[in-house]
Formats: sequence, C-alpha cells, structure tokens
Amino acid sequence: MTTQKEAKNIASQKRVYMDYSAGKPVDPRVIEELLPYMRSLYGNPSSLHSFGQEAKNALEEARAKVAQLINAEKKESIIFTSGATESNNLAIKGIAYRYKDRGTRIITSSVEHMSVVNPCKFLTTKGFEAVFLPVDQYGFVNLEALEKELTDKTVLVTMVYANGEIGTIEPIRDISKIVHSKNTYLHVDATAANGQVPIDVKNDGIDLLSLSSNDMYGPKGVGALYIKEGIRVEPSLHGGGQERGLRSGTENIHGIIGFGKAAEIARTEMQTESERLVKLRDRLIKGLLEPTRYSFLNGHATKRLPNNVSVRYSFIEGESMLLSLDIMGVAASSGSACTAKTLEPSHVLLAIGLKHEEAHGSLMFSLGKQNTEEEADYVTSLMPGIVKRLRSMSPLTPKELNE
Amino acid sequence: MYTEKVMDHFRNPRNMGEIPDADGVGTVGNPVCGDLMTIYIKVKDNHIEHIKFKTFGCGAAVATSSMVTEIAQGKTLEEAMKITRASVADSLGGLPPVKMHCSNLAADALHAAIEDYYKKQKEVKK
Repeated sequence: MTTQKEAKNIASQKRVYMDYSAGKPVDPRVIEELLPYMRSLYGNPSSLHSFGQEAKNALEEARAKVAQLINAEKKESIIFTSGATESNNLAIKGIAYRYKDRGTRIITSSVEHMSVVNPCKFLTTKGFEAVFLPVDQYGFVNLEALEKELTDKTVLVTMVYANGEIGTIEPIRDISKIVHSKNTYLHVDATAANGQVPIDVKNDGIDLLSLSSNDMYGPKGVGALYIKEGIRVEPSLHGGGQERGLRSGTENIHGIIGFGKAAEIARTEMQTESERLVKLRDRLIKGLLEPTRYSFLNGHATKRLPNNVSVRYSFIEGESMLLSLDIMGVAASSGSACTAKTLEPSHVLLAIGLKHEEAHGSLMFSLGKQNTEEEADYVTSLMPGIVKRLRSMSPLTPKELNE
Repeated sequence: MYTEKVMDHFRNPRNMGEIPDADGVGTVGNPVCGDLMTIYIKVKDNHIEHIKFKTFGCGAAVATSSMVTEIAQGKTLEEAMKITRASVADSLGGLPPVKMHCSNLAADALHAAIEDYYKKQKEVKK
C-alpha cells in the first residue's frame, strides 16, 4: 500500500506491526535451530545411508514435537504438508473420497476460512452436498442446526477451532459430542488457534486437525494434518509414497524442523504469552472503542483468540482506515472487499449478521509476540483522528457527528 | 499498490465538503459495494464555478473523487461531460486493476451532478 518514498519515510518513523494473522516473524530460536541443518543437512530422509538417516531422524523428531503440542496418540498421526490450505484440502477431500460409500453430505459452518469453504464447494461438483451451518451474532455455530442437519448420510463435519477474522472460539467439545453421536468424523481447522489456545485432540474429541507452522512463529510453507489412528484418507499427491503415502514428495525438511521447534516453544510458552496477549488485546479494544461513538466490537468479548481485535466504525470504510494507519506506520487489516481480490466484504462478517456497509467499516488488529502496551496506546491515540477525518468526508455520516 | 499521486489525493483531498446551495448534485455507488460518492456543483455562465465532493469508500474512491473535482473545476459543462473514468485514473498515474471497476466512479458522479443541473434548469424554465 505504501509508495517507495513513503516506505523510506516509514523507516525513520515509528512502525507497529499488528497483522500477525497475515504473517508472523520466525522466532529467532527457530532460526538458530534451523541454521546448522540448512548448512549441513541435505540428505533425503528416504535414503538408506547415514546422510539420509540424519535427515530422517530430524524429521521424526520434529513430528514428535508437533504431535506433543496437540497431545496426539503417536507421532505417526502427523502428516506434514505445505500449509494449512493443503491440510484442509487433504482432510476434506481425502475423507469425502475415501468414505463416499457412507454418505455424501458434508457439514461445515458459515465462518470458515476459504481453504475450507472452497474444497466443500468443489465437492458439490463431484456429487457431494455441502451444508453451511448458520452462526449467531458472535460467530458461534448453531448447535441445534448441527444436530438437525447431521444425517446418517453425513460423511464429515469440518469446523474451525477459532475464527481468524473475529477471533470467536467455537465450542469444539460440544460439537464433537454431537458429531460422534452419529458416528461421523470431525475435522477441525485450528490454523488461527494453534499456538494460542491449548488444543488436545484426545480430550477435545478431534479426528483430524489442520495446523500451520507460520501461525506459531515457524517458517512459512509448512503445515500438518493430524489424522487419528484408524482413519483413512485419499492421498492428495501421488508419487514416491512419503508421509504414509498420503502426501508424496520429498519432505520440506528445513521447514519441518523449524515447525517442530516452533511447536516446542509454543507448548512451553503458550500459556504465559496468551495471558499477556489477552491483557494487551483488551487494552486495545477498550482504547479503540471508548473514545469514539458508533464503534463496535466484532465477535465475543471473552471467548475470543488472545490476539484478535476486530472492531468496526460506522459511516466509514476499512481500506481508508488501513491507509491512514499505514501512513502512520501501523499495519492492520480490514474486513472490506477493497483490500481483497473479490469485491464482496468478508463472508464471516456477513455471516454474523452485519450489513454490507458495516462489514466494510471493519478493522482487524492481530497481535503477536513483539507488540507492547506502548504500541497499543500509540494505535489508540491515532484512531479518533483518523475516524473523524474519514467521517468528515463521508456522505453517510450524520450531521451532528461532524459538528 | 497505489501511486504517489493517489496517496497525495487521499491524504490531502481537494475540494472536500458540501455545497449547501448547489446547482447540481450527483450521487453514485452504493454503501453495499463499499463505495458511495456525491459531487456538488455551482454553475456560472455554463462553467463549473465551484465543485465539492463527499465520499465513503477506499483510498481509490477518495482519490478519484478528489481528482475529478480538480479536473472539472472551471471547465464548461460540455467539457466536463467528456471527463471519463479512464481519464481520471490516468491523471492519478493509474489504479490497481481491481479498483478500476468498483472504486472509479467519480466521473459518473460528476456527470450525474451535471445532469441534475440540466434537469433543474428545465424545471425552472417551465
């Protein structure tokens, strides 16, 4: 969004990054762990010789760390992928194709990531039926609707653990009980939640779980799919039979080692960091909403991801707010169409019942390890002025607000 | 993503505001799409004497509104009717492709304001 000249100015100016759900820096300890491997580890884990076996050991060590993070029964339940999009595709299409004899109905929610929405829609062209369950004003999936739609012909229920746009954490255990009462499989997309909230696939009753490395400060381009023992999925990539034949191709070994280290760090530090983020989140929410009339919180006040701040301001549009913040060195994101490739506002914001113009006025700050109270206060100090200026330009603003 | 010219017009919009006793007012767009703009004109001797805008929308929507007022100021009504979406975008050094359709409505708003002026003139004559 910035021109070159502005980018130069920003370098000498305050810069605040609050777009962690779009991309996170790699934890320096992950980089340290990774560097020796990048220098000297080049064997193929599938090779018999010692070079290959070194790589194989590193790969399996990383697998164990990821398994531990989610309390998987054994490390072999973890399949490494290229990221959460691939994990979601492998889970949804893999289960649907493998078990299509059991039924052709797939149930999901209306607040899923596009990497769940689109595989489900794709399957409707292959003889499957996709049901998108409604959510309430906070984004919680309607459990009665789930019970009602869950027929014997349902092959899979796929549900987001926590929505990345509005932060709402779904009642996964309740969902799991309902799903398993009909002997159906439950896939959970934990991309936004992993590393922020403790996930326990055994206690939560999860059959398949998608994870992403960068979302927990690991390298980009790596993810994982947990598949409970005994469940089969159709492979997504056919080839040399790596990853139990479900995902062929030589493993992205350096990415995976980094992912393993990131998972290990997340396991030990998640609780402390999440407690810190919750305080920071609530400070930012308060500071954004209190000074400005016609401003609202999207999502639920407490059942939300520790790092998610999603607010909306009436009468103005998200991208103008983003640009105004960017000029002041602050990076955030919006629920508006104008920043995306499509012209529609976010389907998540519409699903919670916002009108189009309300969805367009949404602004999201996703917090992370490097954010401080001082940064939160800097952002809240900017916002009233930005809102006032944009409202003074908007034909939708009621007259009394500009006086 | 945006040119320096777009950012300049976003940061320092020209002719922002309303003209309470405007001779013509044109509104286009829809808050549903995320863009809504209103252009106000004062006409004297067939020339646009004053022009102002108000816009709800993204950076491109604000910048194109600002730019169209700058181009149209002082022009005859016939000249102003010839201002196109493309010429507004060109004057800004171009717009990202996705914005060309949705946010580049300022020329339409100007034309609507001029048409509104003609309509009002006819009513006066009657």
